[in-house]
Amino acid sequence: MFKKIMVPVDLAHLDVIEPSLKIVADQAKHYDAEVCYVGITATTPGSVARTPEEFTQKLEAFAQERAKVHGQPVSTHTIVSPDPIADLDDDLIEAIDEVGADLVVMPTHPPKHADVIMPSHGGKVATHTKASVFLVRPRADD
Amino acid sequence: MAQDPKDKKPQEPNTGSEGIPAPEGAVNLIDTDYVIGQDNITASPLGINVDLHGKVFLFSAIVIMLFVVVTLALQDQMEPIFNAMFSFMTTKLGWFFLLGANVFMLLALVLIFTPLGKVRIGGADATPDFGYLGWFSMLFAAGMGIGLMFYGVSEPLGHFGTAMGGISMGEDGVRTDWAPLGAAAGDQAGAIDLSMAATIFHWGLHPWGAYAIVGLSLAIFAFNKGLPLTMRSIFYPILGERIWGWPGHVIDILAVFATLFGLTTSLGLGATQAAGGLNYLFGIPNTETTLVILILGITLVALGSILLGVDKGVQRLSQLNMVLALLLLLFVILVGPTLLIATGVVDNLLGYVKNLPALSMPFGREDANFSQGWTAFYWAWWIAWSPFVGMFIARVSRGRTVREFLISVLLVPTLASVVWMTAFGTTAIDQVINQGITGVQDAALELQLFTMLEHLPLSAITSFIGIVLVIVFFITSSDSGSLVIDSITAGGKVDAPKPQRIFWALIEGALAIALLLGGGLAALQTAALTTGLPFTLVLLVGCYGIVKGLMSEPRSK
Repeated sequence: MFKKIMVPVDLAHLDVIEPSLKIVADQAKHYDAEVCYVGITATTPGSVARTPEEFTQKLEAFAQERAKVHGQPVSTHTIVSPDPIADLDDDLIEAIDEVGADLVVMPTHPPKHADVIMPSHGGKVATHTKASVFLVRPRADD
Repeated sequence: MAQDPKDKKPQEPNTGSEGIPAPEGAVNLIDTDYVIGQDNITASPLGINVDLHGKVFLFSAIVIMLFVVVTLALQDQMEPIFNAMFSFMTTKLGWFFLLGANVFMLLALVLIFTPLGKVRIGGADATPDFGYLGWFSMLFAAGMGIGLMFYGVSEPLGHFGTAMGGISMGEDGVRTDWAPLGAAAGDQAGAIDLSMAATIFHWGLHPWGAYAIVGLSLAIFAFNKGLPLTMRSIFYPILGERIWGWPGHVIDILAVFATLFGLTTSLGLGATQAAGGLNYLFGIPNTETTLVILILGITLVALGSILLGVDKGVQRLSQLNMVLALLLLLFVILVGPTLLIATGVVDNLLGYVKNLPALSMPFGREDANFSQGWTAFYWAWWIAWSPFVGMFIARVSRGRTVREFLISVLLVPTLASVVWMTAFGTTAIDQVINQGITGVQDAALELQLFTMLEHLPLSAITSFIGIVLVIVFFITSSDSGSLVIDSITAGGKVDAPKPQRIFWALIEGALAIALLLGGGLAALQTAALTTGLPFTLVLLVGCYGIVKGLMSEPRSK
């Protein structure tokens, strides 16, 4: 049913996305789909990488690691933004079409009051794309 | 499906230090083991994520709180101390500011014409993040914006008055007049020339030279050398790895301090000006309530703009202001004495160049009041303001060559200042000497712009645009300032959680209100200006860092 799964990853906080990565692996195997790991980095040096190109390298290495886990084909897509925190949602929505994904799997937090001012990234992406979006919420026992 | 080659950027095989791939095209990365954010504290109090540089954040927060409490509680005791400090700085160390500013300006000017101008920020093949219009609007809005609104009329007029007044000597043989250079007693044409030259001098190459030095050095050390985007990085050529320790913390704390107090005091004074304008135009009572509502409103819009980010927030507001400012400028040129302004632009530019050596001479000045009270004051202000402006323009300038950067940060704004000051100054002076309208001269400083517009047609509309411009310039200052402070206190990270930016914007608004109501705004402004002194040293180091950094960069063809 799904051919290409897009997975936004935050290389600085891999622990947060761990549960959703497991789901991605299951889904990819189930649908025999390709997984495209998407990362967003600032133009300025950051904690993950000192240049956008170093970031791309690390993302690629990460994808290859994941390929060993689920055995499905992988690809990567790096988004470089002057202000990643503010542009994240719009950049991800754009990336869905660019990579041609038909399913997006991303972690999110449970709804909270602050969402009125700062909507969750997952929620915003889901309302602005034609692709299916699977939002993974942390479980109470996690 | 196998890997989609389209999804990957072409990999450049060139490597910087330790196998870190260079950004687009060749650069010369600095070899360091420091990981950006390694000294940061991450936590989630009340479900809000934070990611901060522990020492820089904590110490700046403590220093700021102490300062505010002390100035509010001991207002009468603190004010004389600040005033004494500042008058010592301008009278005894005025030469140092003048000398420093000359160095920055000359270096920036010279770099345009050297082969180093070919180095590209972000690597030889980097492409700009922002288009020319958006980029230039942001440079201008961050750099001067508000000042042009405030001083466009009042400064030329002020210098014109003192120049006409001529030289007056005190009993001790020291000049008591405030006229620039040798004044022009009774010589109307000479006084106009001198007053315009002096005004343009304060808004021309020198301030932008300081901004250019800070902006360029930060940009090179962040985008080409791979160091975090904070002030400490430009000290790398001198301090080496020690910048990650206390020497670096102190520099960053100083930068936070200068930026926050510079912003807060400007926010307070700007609200005063906007409230004055609203009162003048609509008769809205100029009370403390109006001021508080204005600051709250400005902060609220700034918050919205912060949430939208640089691209959709600051850039759009800056562009809006650019258009409004251009409309106002064109209006004044067309409706005012068009011919006088047109010839004035050329005359004033020539007058500026002619008087530049004398005006910027750091030693042996006879016009002590002017060179210390005006020039040294301005230089201290621009330099104290430079970490904020420099850091912001560094962040939006990736992909430009050094030459492009310097022409856009140094020459274009200077020409814009010439046109702006000429249009507003000439119109005001023309009203006074040719039309016998003295209203502008007699009005309070913050109302002079509105009084001048009143004697032109459509004054209700133009004055309103004037007020909107003042307010929007403050919004852009407030949100770009919050971005800058946030990135310094997050150890150079620009992707720290959003609530931190909101925190700083709220702090700015709250401080401005507290100081406005509790008094002490002027004292704090003096304190902010005092940071100009250490920053002159920081910038001189930056000059060394820039040249050293650029020499080791490959140049684009």
